[in-house]
Amino acid sequence: MIDAYWPILMIVFVLAVVMTIAPGMIWLERRMLALWQDRYGPNRVGPFGLLQVAADAIKMIFKEDWIPPFADKATFILAPCIINATTLLAFAVIPFGPGWHISDLSVGLLFFLAMSSLGVYSVTLAGWASNNKYSLLGGLRAAGQMLAYEVFMGLSLMGVVMMAGSFRISDIVEAQQNVWFCIPQFLGFFLFFTAGVAETHRLPFDLPEAEAELIAGFHAEYSSLKFGMFFIGEYIGITLISALVVLLYFGGWHGPWFHPVVWFLLKVFFFLVIFIWMRASFARPRYDQLIAFGWKLMFPLALLNLMVTGAVVLAMR
Amino acid sequence: MATIEIDGKEYEVEAGKNLLHVALSLGLNLPYFCWHPALGSVGACRQCAVKQYKDKDDQHGRLVMACMTPVSDGMRITVEDPESKTFRATVIESLMTNHPHDCPICDEGGECHLQDMTVMSGHNYRDYRFKKRTFNNQYLGPHINHEMNRCITCYRCVRFYRDYAGGRDLDEYASKNHVYFGRFEDGVLESEFSGNLVEVCPTGVFTDKELKKHYTRKWDLQTAPSICVHCGVGCNIIPGERYGQLRRILNRYNSEVNGYFLCDRGRFGYEFVNSSERIREPKLSSDVASKSDAISQIVGWLKDGKGAIGIGSPRASLESNFALRELVGKDRFFNGLGVKENRLASLALKILREGPARSASLNDAEKADAVLVLGEDVTQTAPMLALKLRQSVRNVPMESLSQANIPQWHDGAVREFAQDSKGPFFIASVKATRLDDIATETYRLAPSDIARLGFAVAHHIDESAPAPSGLDQETEEAAKRIAEVLKNAKKPLVVSGTGSGESAVLEAAANVSRALCSSGVQAGISLNFPECNSLGVSMLEEKGLEEALEYVNANHPATVIVLEIDLYRRGALEEIDRLFEEVSQISCIDHLENRTTANASAILPCGTFAESDGTMVNSEGRVQAFYQVFVPPDPIQESWRWIRDLLLETGNAKAKSWNDLDDVLESLASEIPDLAPALDAVVSADFRIAGQKIPRQPHRYSGRTAMRANIDIHEPKPPQDPDSPLAFSMEGFHGKPPSGLASRFWAPGWNSVQSLNKFQEEVGGPMRGGDPGKRLLEPIPGEASPGQYYSSIPAAFSPEEGHLLIAHVHHIFGSDELSVHSPGIDELRPRPYVAIHPEDAKQCGLDEESEIDVPAGENSVTLKVTFENSLPRGVAGIPMGLPEFPEAVAMSGSFKVQQGVKQ
Amino acid sequence: MLSLLRTMWIIFLHMFHKRETQEYPDVLPQQPPRWRGRIILSRDPDGEERCVACNLCSVVCPVACIALQATEDGHGRRYPEFFRINFSRCIFCGLCEEACPTYAIQLTPDFEMGEYNRKNLVYEKEDLLISGPGKYPDYNFYRVAGLAIGGKGKGEADCEEPPVNTRSLMP
Repeated sequence: MIDAYWPILMIVFVLAVVMTIAPGMIWLERRMLALWQDRYGPNRVGPFGLLQVAADAIKMIFKEDWIPPFADKATFILAPCIINATTLLAFAVIPFGPGWHISDLSVGLLFFLAMSSLGVYSVTLAGWASNNKYSLLGGLRAAGQMLAYEVFMGLSLMGVVMMAGSFRISDIVEAQQNVWFCIPQFLGFFLFFTAGVAETHRLPFDLPEAEAELIAGFHAEYSSLKFGMFFIGEYIGITLISALVVLLYFGGWHGPWFHPVVWFLLKVFFFLVIFIWMRASFARPRYDQLIAFGWKLMFPLALLNLMVTGAVVLAMR
Repeated sequence: MATIEIDGKEYEVEAGKNLLHVALSLGLNLPYFCWHPALGSVGACRQCAVKQYKDKDDQHGRLVMACMTPVSDGMRITVEDPESKTFRATVIESLMTNHPHDCPICDEGGECHLQDMTVMSGHNYRDYRFKKRTFNNQYLGPHINHEMNRCITCYRCVRFYRDYAGGRDLDEYASKNHVYFGRFEDGVLESEFSGNLVEVCPTGVFTDKELKKHYTRKWDLQTAPSICVHCGVGCNIIPGERYGQLRRILNRYNSEVNGYFLCDRGRFGYEFVNSSERIREPKLSSDVASKSDAISQIVGWLKDGKGAIGIGSPRASLESNFALRELVGKDRFFNGLGVKENRLASLALKILREGPARSASLNDAEKADAVLVLGEDVTQTAPMLALKLRQSVRNVPMESLSQANIPQWHDGAVREFAQDSKGPFFIASVKATRLDDIATETYRLAPSDIARLGFAVAHHIDESAPAPSGLDQETEEAAKRIAEVLKNAKKPLVVSGTGSGESAVLEAAANVSRALCSSGVQAGISLNFPECNSLGVSMLEEKGLEEALEYVNANHPATVIVLEIDLYRRGALEEIDRLFEEVSQISCIDHLENRTTANASAILPCGTFAESDGTMVNSEGRVQAFYQVFVPPDPIQESWRWIRDLLLETGNAKAKSWNDLDDVLESLASEIPDLAPALDAVVSADFRIAGQKIPRQPHRYSGRTAMRANIDIHEPKPPQDPDSPLAFSMEGFHGKPPSGLASRFWAPGWNSVQSLNKFQEEVGGPMRGGDPGKRLLEPIPGEASPGQYYSSIPAAFSPEEGHLLIAHVHHIFGSDELSVHSPGIDELRPRPYVAIHPEDAKQCGLDEESEIDVPAGENSVTLKVTFENSLPRGVAGIPMGLPEFPEAVAMSGSFKVQQGVKQ
Repeated sequence: MLSLLRTMWIIFLHMFHKRETQEYPDVLPQQPPRWRGRIILSRDPDGEERCVACNLCSVVCPVACIALQATEDGHGRRYPEFFRINFSRCIFCGLCEEACPTYAIQLTPDFEMGEYNRKNLVYEKEDLLISGPGKYPDYNFYRVAGLAIGGKGKGEADCEEPPVNTRSLMP
């Protein structure tokens, strides 16, 4: 009986977890940033300012939903939906524990890559539809950045795939019973994590937004819930990348004493904090530096990692 | 031409001009105080010092005053030299020692020549810490405020007031550091041009007292180029608005019309725009009605089978008059000029059209070397023409200047040289005029005798001109003398106008000018029309009020639409009353309440000149455009827009294409070819510079986000202006616009009116890109000219015992319908009177306390007697146009003196 | 690369630093007297309005949020008929205070001007005028200006000679 409804239960579960983590992240990020910047952060609404998120949500819902008269209306509305849809869809292949998944696709990793690549449409279209020069610049930057980092993101994952011998994510997790892939695949982990940060436009790779130069880049013209969708989309993206890092390199749900799901969530939480920590620490590079870094350093490194891993795997056989 | 070198750069300039004139014309910044382009150089202030070098090798040079140095070929000058710069800074420092720390409370602040020059010469800190000398101020009348502490003794005020405008009562007193400019005792300044002291004074000694009542800085005024509406001269003005009120009027230079100056009627007569008597709501039988109700009601009357007539106005624009003509049809449109007025205006128009003498612009009048004024008291009816004529008497003495090796701009020397010698100037008038002091000869005659003198002059110039019969010896001799002088002049000018109320006077003036032309002299003629657009409506339509009344009696139209006139000022009381009885519905489109609107069945509130755009034709036949200064509160709108709304309601096809004023003007030009050049006088509404409109507000306009905040915190979008290339905003093109669109004169470092230098092709010359306005009447010169001598010469006037002949007297303050709404002008204007020669009074047993009954049409008016020595015997002077005395218009002919019942 | 890690470490250490936050409104801050807060109009030492309605504050205002109209009392003293500041536009740049030739307009340390309705941020002269001289206790513009006002005739200001007798030719 429960087996029949399991996937539906899982959908509810995944959505519940993700949609809790994303707004929670807003609060968490503001508190953590404040901590690292010798401030308090939100501390007025509710205990520890926890209800700040609710207050923000209410504010965002009641703001005027403004579509600029010069914007391309249909695309303008479509853009924020894409980012939410693709990141949420990618969660379909994320196992939270053994059997705790919506769909354990045999090409799970490829599905994730496909979904995250589609996400760039959101940003680029938002920038274009806004019909505003800053937004367009932001959108174009996002496209260029995505192109540069998507390539070695996929390549860097291949090491893991070769070692596990499968694209199925649960297989990869199972392959880490003894040793987490972050040890043999340290370079791969580093490359993937960097690409993931770039993929989600987080600092230091937030050039599509770049408040200082592009006002707010691709979402300069967005307000109310449409802006909220970009906002939430970004945090879902972070959660997704954190989840994958955990699954691919840090043994997924493996761990002693606790329930696997707890382990998984704890590890994800750790990486979420790393994301925030990076934001608190790093400055934003110039755009040409960013692209050069991607193509000239990270891409060759990814190829190197691929070849070395391949050679080692062959030799071990 | 001469080549001179200024600061190492070579310039081609006109030789003989003074160096300051040349430097300013080249766009260089050189400070000055005493020099004024219209007044010439006297070298009093020592501010324009520059260094002149003997030749290429001279390293030392010597300081010279630029305004006193004639330009010669090969001259080497430096303006930027440290020594001359220090000299200028030191001079201004000493000029400023006694200047008070008043700028924040000084009305000149922000448009002060002294401020500009102080900054320009680099005197940034005031080191003088000792006691300042002070003066007591004088009361100078309702228009001019006096604050002598601020004086820097540049002498410009007395040079303008006495030397240029011929005033007597402003003078300099005391000596040295105590020099005082004022009157001998407190009192109203007598000159009609005293308002120019405000612009002439480089600092705040003479300021605008009317502006002071609602003071606004120059940078806060919303301004637009406009045309004065208070007489037929059509001076170019810049009215300024703030908080929905017209705040002041400044001169707008036009070298062909008013030049640098304005008369006090024009400068201070704007208060009617802010009057409490303004009509602000549409009314139906004196109840406030909505716009749409009023329109549909009037259109209901229009559609009545018996039809409608329209009475136009000489104080409304050509476009408004034309729109009304469109509404009622050509045959049912009348130009609104009163009975006598219309006859005179059509005659004057005919004379100007036929020529052969060309109608003279004010600039031509200034250049005339012999002038004959026939029957027009120019100072009272066309004041700026009088100011220009006053300069004309200097032309003949100036001719001999070159022998004395004195340049014309060297004002002090020129006046010393000329002393009291003046060019020929003859005035034939009913009573003394304000130009008599410059006249070679004056003749005080009854109007018909003035005409006879004119006819006689014409006859003595050209034998073929008809001669009056039975002329007395004295007049005959005078005519011969005048004829002799005019014939030998190079540019003689005949001045007359509708002011005398006598068509024979105009005909005589026409004969003199024709006679001069046929004897080969290039004569000019200047005929003055009573109002700002009298000539324009006469060209639009010949039929006047007289014909309108006849039409009403014959055809009994259902309704009359009256555009911007008070019928009671144009026709006899009983005739207008009869009109109101005859026609049940009379609709008025007007901006001020008057007797006509009081009786009207429907009133539509229209904008004044400051609230509408349009074109008007001045007495010279120059069509000029005026632009809206500010947007009046709803539902007030331009009169042509009201008429367009009426037309749209009637379903008129043409009106549907009238989206803006340009469309109306185009319709007008295509229908009335005579007025087609008006298209060239306006800049079309879609004109843009670099894609931008020209802003009406200066770039420093302040208080934008606060001025309306008490009404509504949300700032409204600025009003759009479909009718002109100007914008009601600070945004737009801030460079120099085409000459006709100059909303203000300002240039970097030049905040005062003197910044005008930067807008002229040459200092004192035409505006860059040509003076705005377009002449409509260019008669065919010489033999080919149509028309012939007028020959209906009136009989001589012979006084009859106990009877007096009514002659029209005009007053600069009082005779104009609109300007009397200004409190200052109202204070200065006369009250109704009848002027009689004391001998006549004695004969009739009258004294200065008596009152007599003067017939006006079927009624009579009791008037107070005043004595006037200069009147000829048997003539009674009646003031025209006084607001409480509209009956004057119906007074003519002679009447029997009857003592009024003393109250 | 190492520098990045060092940065992260330094940032990490900030977790244990003291927080700099001033806990307004629980703890009220001490404002310096030259703080650029709410604008007031002051009075001169004689208790008269200092503002002479010269319009300089209004013209210098970069957001054009000051509007006023000059008028005069019966004795020639100029003062603003109305004086309006739209604080919903004001950016508290203090240029008006710098431009003021009479020390009339001054910025004060009060910054607590929050309103739920923008309309309440429009201050008229009654709201702006205080009863004292503000930061400049001694200055009185009309004591140094040449203009005569009620109670001060010509030549009675500081550093002024009595009025000249213009009928005299004596030096």
